[in-house]
Amino acid sequence: MAVGDLSYVRTEMSPAEKPPRGEHGLAAWLKKNLFASPGDSILTVVGLLLVAAILPPFVRWAFLDAAWVGADRSVCSTVVQGGIQPEGWSGACWPFVKAKFELFMFGRYPIDERWRVILVGILFVALLVPLLMPRAPRKGLNALLFFIVFPVVAFVLLVGGWFGLEHVETSLWGGLLVTLVISYVGISVSLPLGVLLALGRRSKLPVLKMLSVIFIEAVRGVPLVTVLFMASVMLPLFLPPGTTFDKLLRALIGVALFASAYMAEVIRGGLQAIPKGQYEGADSLGLGYWQKMGLIILPQALKLVIPGIVNTFIGLFKDTSLVSIIGMFDLLGIVRQAFSDTNWASPQTPMTGLVFAGFIFWIFCFGMSRYSIYTEKRLDTGHRK
Amino acid sequence: MASQEALRNDEAARVSVLNDPKVRGLIYQAVVFVLLVVFVYWIVGNTVENLKRANIASGFGFLSGRAGFDVSQSLIEYNSDSSFGRALVVGLLNTLLIAVTGIVTASVIGFLVGIGRMSRNWLIRKICTVYVEVFRNIPPLLVIFFWYLGVLSVLPVPRESIVLPFGSYLNSRGLYLPKMIWAEGSWLVGVAFLVAVALSVFVARRARARQMATGQQFPVLWTSLGLILGLPLLAFVVAGFPLSFDFPQQSTFNLTGGLQIKPEFIALYLALSFYTASFIAEIVRAGILGVSRGQTEASFALGLRPGQTLRLVVIPQALRIIIPPLTSQYLNLTKNSSLAVAVGYADLVAIGGTILNQTGQSIEVVAIWMVVYLGLSLLTSVFMNWFNARMALVER
Repeated sequence: MAVGDLSYVRTEMSPAEKPPRGEHGLAAWLKKNLFASPGDSILTVVGLLLVAAILPPFVRWAFLDAAWVGADRSVCSTVVQGGIQPEGWSGACWPFVKAKFELFMFGRYPIDERWRVILVGILFVALLVPLLMPRAPRKGLNALLFFIVFPVVAFVLLVGGWFGLEHVETSLWGGLLVTLVISYVGISVSLPLGVLLALGRRSKLPVLKMLSVIFIEAVRGVPLVTVLFMASVMLPLFLPPGTTFDKLLRALIGVALFASAYMAEVIRGGLQAIPKGQYEGADSLGLGYWQKMGLIILPQALKLVIPGIVNTFIGLFKDTSLVSIIGMFDLLGIVRQAFSDTNWASPQTPMTGLVFAGFIFWIFCFGMSRYSIYTEKRLDTGHRK
Repeated sequence: MASQEALRNDEAARVSVLNDPKVRGLIYQAVVFVLLVVFVYWIVGNTVENLKRANIASGFGFLSGRAGFDVSQSLIEYNSDSSFGRALVVGLLNTLLIAVTGIVTASVIGFLVGIGRMSRNWLIRKICTVYVEVFRNIPPLLVIFFWYLGVLSVLPVPRESIVLPFGSYLNSRGLYLPKMIWAEGSWLVGVAFLVAVALSVFVARRARARQMATGQQFPVLWTSLGLILGLPLLAFVVAGFPLSFDFPQQSTFNLTGGLQIKPEFIALYLALSFYTASFIAEIVRAGILGVSRGQTEASFALGLRPGQTLRLVVIPQALRIIIPPLTSQYLNLTKNSSLAVAVGYADLVAIGGTILNQTGQSIEVVAIWMVVYLGLSLLTSVFMNWFNARMALVER
């Protein structure tokens, strides 16, 4: 058929039609996401009421009505309570946090020696950040510094007693310092110990297997509070008479053992997920047990359970707050202790202190969980759909 | 040629016995075992020596001694003349009370929030996400203090109690509810309830058998609801309304009468429920997302309505994913109830701690804790495993 026979042939594309009205723009978004059906509309209204009941009062309490400057409790209490605020006032007492900030960070660590804590903090961040960045070079050296050299340096700096540094009792430590020390030690002890326990539980040697199972199940079966009680009351009983035992060390042992039992179960999950062919392949290459585990199985297994490991870390970080029950002053413990300061005691002080402490805990935990999601995506080699 | 000769050589390869994995395994185990025995021997020796020096007699004889301390809340008869053993039972009951109420509430909130996170509604989705992200990342102890120190202890004094509906009051000493007093004949209501439950089970079985045989359906849900609500109500009327209320009365300084729920319990209950609910929400979400979209589409293709699809296709499959982690969350809640010691709610750990300080029987008290908590864990996991086995996929 010749082209000329056709009465009309369009040679250029017609411009695209605009989407129909009601399919784009704010109104469409609202209709689709908030008012899709009568039920949805009711839910939206309920949700709006909920937000209206919580958010404005909180913003008013934390920012608009809050006391920002002041030297003592008078700025945070009403006239009846002996302060300057009008009757019925309710707001955050930020001057309290400001006045106690150093206490919340360092505890009763001697003021002249606090540079040591700050130095350790700077070292910690300087070593941790490149370790967490996938692009940064020299991972091996970095890990060596972070896990072997840093603890020694931090120990010398924080405890003192060498190189002309004044000795600081651990009973003076407190606040975020103690929280971070316990978390760091707990994390870096529980991971290798957890790997060993998990391997023990999967071992073919009956004695090792039974010991691992008993340890893991016994520790996982009881609350951390009882483990801490045990560490603080029973450890001294177990040691030769007359041995004194640092209180912080007892808590550290308790937390580390507790976390390693949970870690072991997470890692066991990873070990079980590795196909049998990998074990047999390693055997057929003539690798010994530790070579097989270290070179073939564990790298794959640990990668699989990164989310679980980080969840255990987050749990451990939150659980450090429990040491306040056995009389130590971690961040939560010291914030709580500060409520009893008569200079600052007011009805608003506890809420303010707890919101502050909660915010700090939240930042750390939320950061860890975001980093875990990021790593999971980065390491995903596409085995899972 | 040389290799052929070697092949013909019938002698086994000469390997040192030490390189045999079996022998090595035995040696390793023997070494570990001996080390363990030595370690335990050392610990036991030290402990005996320490106990002797502190003049503490070991054994469980102390349980029958007079406790001498009061307990703020008790489900059974208890006063300071009761024995240590009875105090521990009080603690155990309080632990169970907080665990059961907490588990129920946390499950309800958790399922609602978990489903809410997948809602089509943008606002509901965001609210649920914020809830989960806030509560998951804060220590439970802090949440307990938040309720206890931040909210409940700044409530007005009893004289200025907040008046709630149904004759209830809320003040800094707790929540006051009307107390139900069952008169004579109320056992009839309980019996009626049990009969109704038994009848509902029977009806459900018969309906199922009939549907299998004939394909006809029977409204089981409505029948059961009618039975379970109707029969006790009928019994209530027949017995002549054997129920009266003891309302809390406002006097000059305090409220008298009624049922008082202490702020310690409320703080612990709210904190544990809200905290655990955030984890349950994530588990529920993962479970429902774990059922592939094809299942829903296939059930629509079979002509099932959305409600039926959810009830008969999605939820049974999601439960398989949900139940195991849900079990461990229930166990976590039970174990976290030991945080009661921080606000002075008299649970097993708090009372055990008091006894430990009074008598110094640390080993015995810790042993009791371990046995009780391990027992609770075991019971919960046995029940949940049974439930899981019922739900599990039946394969060839």
